Amino acid sequence: MKKWKELVPGAVVLEAGSSEKFKTGSWRSFRPRWIEENCIQCLFCWLYCPDMAVKVVEGKMTGFDYDFCKGCGVCARECPGKKGQKAIVMEPEGK
Amino acid sequence: MGKIAAVTGNEAVANALRQANPDVCSLYPITPQTDIVQRFASYVSNGQVDTELINAESEHSSMSAAIGASAAGGRVVTATSSQGLALMWEMLHIASATNLPIIMPLVNRALSAPLNIHGDHSDGMGARDTGWIQLWSENAQEAYDNTVQAFRIGEHKDLRLPVMVCMDGFIISHSIERIEYLEDKQVKDFIGEFVNVNPLLDLEHPKSYGPLILTDLYMEFKRLQHEIMGRVKKVVLDVAEDFYKLSGRRYGLFESYRLEDAEIGMVVMNSAAGTSKDVVDAFRDKGIKAGLLKPRLFRPFPYTEIADALKHLKAVCVMDRADSYGGYGPMFMEISSALYQVTGNGSGVAKPKLINKIYGLGGRDYMPEQAEQVFTELDAIAKGAPVKLVKDYIGVRE
Repeated sequence: MKKWKELVPGAVVLEAGSSEKFKTGSWRSFRPRWIEENCIQCLFCWLYCPDMAVKVVEGKMTGFDYDFCKGCGVCARECPGKKGQKAIVMEPEGK
Repeated sequence: MGKIAAVTGNEAVANALRQANPDVCSLYPITPQTDIVQRFASYVSNGQVDTELINAESEHSSMSAAIGASAAGGRVVTATSSQGLALMWEMLHIASATNLPIIMPLVNRALSAPLNIHGDHSDGMGARDTGWIQLWSENAQEAYDNTVQAFRIGEHKDLRLPVMVCMDGFIISHSIERIEYLEDKQVKDFIGEFVNVNPLLDLEHPKSYGPLILTDLYMEFKRLQHEIMGRVKKVVLDVAEDFYKLSGRRYGLFESYRLEDAEIGMVVMNSAAGTSKDVVDAFRDKGIKAGLLKPRLFRPFPYTEIADALKHLKAVCVMDRADSYGGYGPMFMEISSALYQVTGNGSGVAKPKLINKIYGLGGRDYMPEQAEQVFTELDAIAKGAPVKLVKDYIGVRE
């Protein structure tokens, strides 16, 4: 842990992208579960996620980054699913 | 030497801001400061400065805009009074703790309620603990000189702190006095080009301002803030020395007036100090050894230096143009704290007897008769009369 003489005055963070080191997923009480067979790859979940917790690889939804997902449920709410079947459902943590 | 002019305190300060040619001025008008930003807006419209003017929708917003512009990497000024400063309150802490050298003239005015537009120090004293450097000015000349020096002080590489330059509303801001301006080029050379530190607009080096810092490091950052404030006195004195070479006008942490051989003394700030000095002279003529100390740097407060200047006195009255209801006046608390640490002064007197007078609230006139009343009381205390009431009010109808 840094001592006060080692700090940058003004609390300016000089390292770009350092928030990646501060994992915030532990706040979550509900977790989104991805049901791949119902996914139409519309990427609404990626678009609506207020964090960057939807992992997209080569243009395709591949799952969630649970280090940063706070379980807000916006993705599940926006998910159109396939033929009325949601591709994202929220489940209580610890279940 | 620059031009000699008859101007108001506001016009003098507006000219100092013009000469500093800031990158950004965020503003919201409030009596009695309005005259400063109104004049500055004219300088912008007339092309006399290269400043981007931001008309904010409140003082909270004008300080927020100043913080953003300063973090972006520019030289930034704003100005306010009274309720405006009160509305800025939370942002004042952010400006100082983020080490942003914003320069802000504060035209001192009473706080509501009752609503009052006239001069007292309630606004500035309320900002005592915001982490800003505070320079206080007796007259238009000092307000101008302090504003010029404020840029060098706040922008100093060891500090990077915001500076509030205080002068009394109406008494100084709207009264016409003789002042000596420095030439534009002299001011430009004196304060130098603005050098930014960790500017947000340096896109090659992305960075974050305003992080969340909880129990792990918050206290370390506060400790660092106090340390940086501890460097201010030296910078203020160094800048004052350079300013003396430029202008011939001497400044320090405070002004001592006939204090060296005095037995009784008054501590008084801003415009009332001028009136009081006349009364000091009158008492000297009567053979009473009166003196005066006028603080200039109120934050950080020069405790040891002021204690050294006062410790030989028999009795001191601390004058406060602001009140702490249920407490002593804010200046009294500082002087009292400073003198408590004095251990022995060689003259056989333990410590000066201290009294506190609240005066001039809401712009109530401070007259020579009030200073006479104070020095008469001090003279009696110095000769052995007991202190009846530590804190009292003068110039109020009983």
